Amino acid sequence: MHETPILRVENLCKQYGTGCQECQDKERNSVEKNYCKSCGTVFAVRDISLDLYRGEILGIVGESGSGKSTMMQCLYFDTDITSGAAYINRPGKENENVFELSSQQKRMIRNHDYGMVYQNPVHGLKMNFSSIGNIAEKLIAAGNRNVSDMEATGKRLLTNVHIPLHRMKEEPEKFSGGMQQRVQIAKALSNNPPILFLDEVTTGLDLSVQANVLDLIKKIQRELQISMIVVSHDLAVIRMLADRTIVMLNGEIIEEGLTDQVLEDPQHAYTQQLVYSLL
Amino acid sequence: MSILEIAGFGKRFTIHHLDKTMPATENIHFSLEAGEFIGIVGKSGSGKSTILKSIYRTYLPDEGKILYDSQRFGLVDLSQVSDRQMLYLRKYEIGYVSQFLNVMPRTTCRQLVTNALLEMGESEITANVETEKTLAHFELDPKLWDSYPNTFSGGEKLRLNIAMATVKKPRLLLLDEPTASLDQQSKVRVREMIEKLKNNGTTLVGIFHDIEFMEGLCDKVFDMKAKKIVLDNKVGVGSES
Repeated sequence: MHETPILRVENLCKQYGTGCQECQDKERNSVEKNYCKSCGTVFAVRDISLDLYRGEILGIVGESGSGKSTMMQCLYFDTDITSGAAYINRPGKENENVFELSSQQKRMIRNHDYGMVYQNPVHGLKMNFSSIGNIAEKLIAAGNRNVSDMEATGKRLLTNVHIPLHRMKEEPEKFSGGMQQRVQIAKALSNNPPILFLDEVTTGLDLSVQANVLDLIKKIQRELQISMIVVSHDLAVIRMLADRTIVMLNGEIIEEGLTDQVLEDPQHAYTQQLVYSLL
Repeated sequence: MSILEIAGFGKRFTIHHLDKTMPATENIHFSLEAGEFIGIVGKSGSGKSTILKSIYRTYLPDEGKILYDSQRFGLVDLSQVSDRQMLYLRKYEIGYVSQFLNVMPRTTCRQLVTNALLEMGESEITANVETEKTLAHFELDPKLWDSYPNTFSGGEKLRLNIAMATVKKPRLLLLDEPTASLDQQSKVRVREMIEKLKNNGTTLVGIFHDIEFMEGLCDKVFDMKAKKIVLDNKVGVGSES
């Protein structure tokens, strides 16, 4: 099957600190977990490679501190990378390493190809702007200028995520956590991105609201064929959403496979511990 | 050519925390032709489910070959194909049914079957029509169609499971103890359903712990204890009673 991934990530690394001779030398083993005892460098993301295909949900699990969020921030250009490459399958630009582009071109990618939903809505929304204004902001960034079009799009998106339209002019800071998360998803979807990053989107929401958000994500996948990377430490969320799953530990990928295989026949000692901890 | 051939298959489970490796099964050989039904029998713990789950990649096979003649990819070894290829095969060619229902919560019986079709790329109209046909075919009470399956009985869950798998018209269907814990009447209905599937030309691999139930239905029976085919209706005389 010759399928071209929509997003290809190769050897992505992110470290905090300069590194030293000790931690560069793999033999000497000065790195404990992801921390170099000799120079204090933290290796947050180590040599991550992955492919994301059209319309699939790729799950990423791992304990806190395993580098999941850092990896997402790297991909979304929220933070600089140390080394590595990422290629987006765009006509004529398939072989462009997006990390090497100018900040203006990166912004273009964020505005047209990427959507991001953060665990904390504060990072994804302007909390003191109206909800519809938040969506308009993203639409303007993506090049829209027609006010009535933008209003129509905004209303459609807010309806999709079950935000009552009579509250669309209210600021997200007046909303509950679940509502804020749904506004954030509406905003992330407003530019019709082919690639969506979801970072612990249901963490901290109560169960019924979490169910709502999960249903919404599944619906988006089915109807819009958007590719998503879903980061979560919650195996139940991953089991429900993801086709394939990657397990991260100390900044590295330690296991990957079909989601049900990773959960029912985990190979790595850490994944086994994770799965056996499931209630 | 055989549609499925299992050669020298074996599977072990390693549990790192206990520092233990447990063999689940080894040295399994059998093959089956398109349209045939093979029953695997053996007592619990003999590794029947392990074989089925390894064919479906829920377990990662570690020894031997699982050769499958795919419509899309030609002859492939299911223990070697990529995750993406396996997802494709699960979506279009290979179905798996057990008595346990593992589905999206808050989804009605009807939606579950429709979604199975929509993910194959069927249009909504076709999907809706096919869904009703299938649910009726497997004799699910129309009263249940628009309710959540959590409260379904074992037999109803099983029939929904079969409906979800067969609506995709898989070429190969894996049945994991579909009759366990069902009463006699429900078992007879499952048997009738398997007959229907067989008549439609589906190739079937089924696990059963009670051999009587399968009499006259299987083309071949593989015994886990003897590790060989103990009955072959294609060559010998059928054991119709």
